[in-house]
Amino acid sequence: MNRLLAFVLIVVLSAGVVAGTSSWIFNDVKLGLDLKGGFEILYEAQPIEPGGTVTKDSLVETAKSLEARANATGVAEPEVTTEGTNRIRVKIAGVSDETKVRDILKKPAELTFRSARGCAADKGYCKIELRGSDFKENGASVHQTNLNAYEIGIKLKSAKQFAEVTREIAKLSATGQNQLAIYLDETQLSAPSVATEINQDEAVITGNFTREEATNLKNTINLGALPLKLTEKYTQSVGATLGKLSLQETVWAGVIGTVLILLFMMAFYRLPGIIASLCIIVYIWLLLLGFNLIDATLTLPGIAAFILGIGMAVDANIIMAERIKEEMRSGKSILSSQKAGSKSSFRTIIDAHVTTTIAALVLFFIGVGSVKGFAVILLLSIIISVLTNVFFSRLLLTLIIRSGIVKKKSLFGVKESEVRAL
Amino acid sequence: MRFSKFTEVSEGKFDFVKNARYFFIFSIIITVLGIITLGIHGLNYGVDFKAGSNVDIAVKKDLTGQKEQIEQYLKDNDFGSPTLTVGANRITVRFDEVLTDQKEKALKEGFAAKFDKEASAEVNTVDTEIARELQTNALYAIIVASIGIVIYVSIRFEWRFAIAAIVSLLHDAFIVISLFSIFKLEVNLPFIVAILTIIGYSINDTIVIFDRIRENLRFAKIKTAADVARLVNESIWQTLTRSINTVMTVVVAAVCLLIFGSASIQLFSLAILFGLVSGAYSSIFIASQLWLVLKNKQKPKAAVKSPAAS
Repeated sequence: MNRLLAFVLIVVLSAGVVAGTSSWIFNDVKLGLDLKGGFEILYEAQPIEPGGTVTKDSLVETAKSLEARANATGVAEPEVTTEGTNRIRVKIAGVSDETKVRDILKKPAELTFRSARGCAADKGYCKIELRGSDFKENGASVHQTNLNAYEIGIKLKSAKQFAEVTREIAKLSATGQNQLAIYLDETQLSAPSVATEINQDEAVITGNFTREEATNLKNTINLGALPLKLTEKYTQSVGATLGKLSLQETVWAGVIGTVLILLFMMAFYRLPGIIASLCIIVYIWLLLLGFNLIDATLTLPGIAAFILGIGMAVDANIIMAERIKEEMRSGKSILSSQKAGSKSSFRTIIDAHVTTTIAALVLFFIGVGSVKGFAVILLLSIIISVLTNVFFSRLLLTLIIRSGIVKKKSLFGVKESEVRAL
Repeated sequence: MRFSKFTEVSEGKFDFVKNARYFFIFSIIITVLGIITLGIHGLNYGVDFKAGSNVDIAVKKDLTGQKEQIEQYLKDNDFGSPTLTVGANRITVRFDEVLTDQKEKALKEGFAAKFDKEASAEVNTVDTEIARELQTNALYAIIVASIGIVIYVSIRFEWRFAIAAIVSLLHDAFIVISLFSIFKLEVNLPFIVAILTIIGYSINDTIVIFDRIRENLRFAKIKTAADVARLVNESIWQTLTRSINTVMTVVVAAVCLLIFGSASIQLFSLAILFGLVSGAYSSIFIASQLWLVLKNKQKPKAAVKSPAAS
């Protein structure tokens, strides 16, 4: 009686948890851009100066800059990852103004420091004195002075070059001439004046900056020092409406498929089928929860792995149910049939799962992009499948059989006429 | 054929082993056909494997009758004459060259303005270098995975099972590739994922039957090759309900995706469907019989050509 109570409790509890939290879990699943709209770009990085090399550091730095740049445009959660030795993958989902974001990302904005040296009176700052690549990577920083003003410290690669530039500029008239203007592309960001020659590799830009302005300028200088040149190698962009449509249709298809499978399981395997159905529902629920926990993104290839996972989950239940039926037909009691069937099916299921795990691991370590994503989801589904469709379903079946209320083999889809005498 | 009088298996049951050669021949024919069509027109590579841009436009209006207008529009606006497929709610434009950013934008906006305000587009652009890399990477992954599986199955079972399992999984992958070549269906990145899924399923399915053979071997008294053949037949029959039920359930899922799923995964679902059927077929009709062929080679004396007709 206790066992029956435990069985009912577990069933009610798990069904309750699944029903109560599934909408929350479902809404929390991060969708890939093929299901949500957005774009993905794979860049290949090359050193700006010929003969240079792409180091891991500079690649990571560039990726960070790209992320900052994407963030600056206000998009939600850009995903920037480095890949291999010289690639950066940028994924941005759910963008309304895609072209704008792409433009900002793609064009490594050129940062220049310009002066009016030798320029005609109406030409403004026409001479480029320094470029972004003359600055130390990530060398700019924001300080607060004792007067509560903000200033930006910058670091140069060569003190000599800076001394030369500042010496020449300092000679110019102090009335709007002796300035070293900072440009991002053709936009002037700031035009600090240079009073004396600065013979060191560090300098400070002062001005009436607000904290925000100072930070922006600092970021721009750091971005301008973007150490690598990027070329687009692969792009994928999906319209938001199209993505949403794909998702709706695919989810709908998945629901129909799952319901059909569960109906079949219950009709064909009766009691173990009902238990299997519950286990498969818990399995799907756990898999989605797992997605959220490891922060995985669901994409179309991910759905493929999901289908394979459900296939294997159903298979595990079918293998066990078939084994138990077989044992019953050979004349064993329900209890010993369940024992023997669970035991022998366990080995089979594990062997089948391990071979698939090997394939998934290889794909994870070798694959890139969506193949890797596929592998992650496959691995996750294998682990969860063993937990739910082997251990959980066995636990439930054992409990209900031992409780003694299951007396007929027909509850397992076995006809009495099929049972051989021992 | 089916009710051969002198069969060694139980009365009325299909003899999988005895009829193996027909299935071998069938598989070889498909494989040879696949090799021929692959040799003649290869695969219809989508944008993922051949540099260029692919534009998929989902439309609310039915534009099926307007193919010529769209072609004309593309020509007039300097887009050349790309391959154009117009479906009821989806239009696919395939450019052999990579679309520049400006052109991509111009196409999206121009199309929406002229044909359907609610059009939503998906654009894929791939550099040849990356495309080639993706392909070799996937191939490489399949080879390494196969080696891994061979090692595991050799340890848990024996090498003959491993060889048979790998041959049957490569068979399944190749059949799907062949079918895509024969019907000139487009091969893209999701296709690679589909092949990987098929391999995962195929090996899973085959191992279950092998497991049963191994288990039965443990208790069986094997004297002649005919005993082994009978054992293989029995093992397949014992696992048959499971094989059929499992493949039926996954096929149901794949068919649902094919019918109700999004158009962007239709080819993917089709590949999965082909693969599932092939995977189940090879597990039942090819893998174990192949193992038997290898097993019989082990004892050349016992290799019996056909079961004695007595």
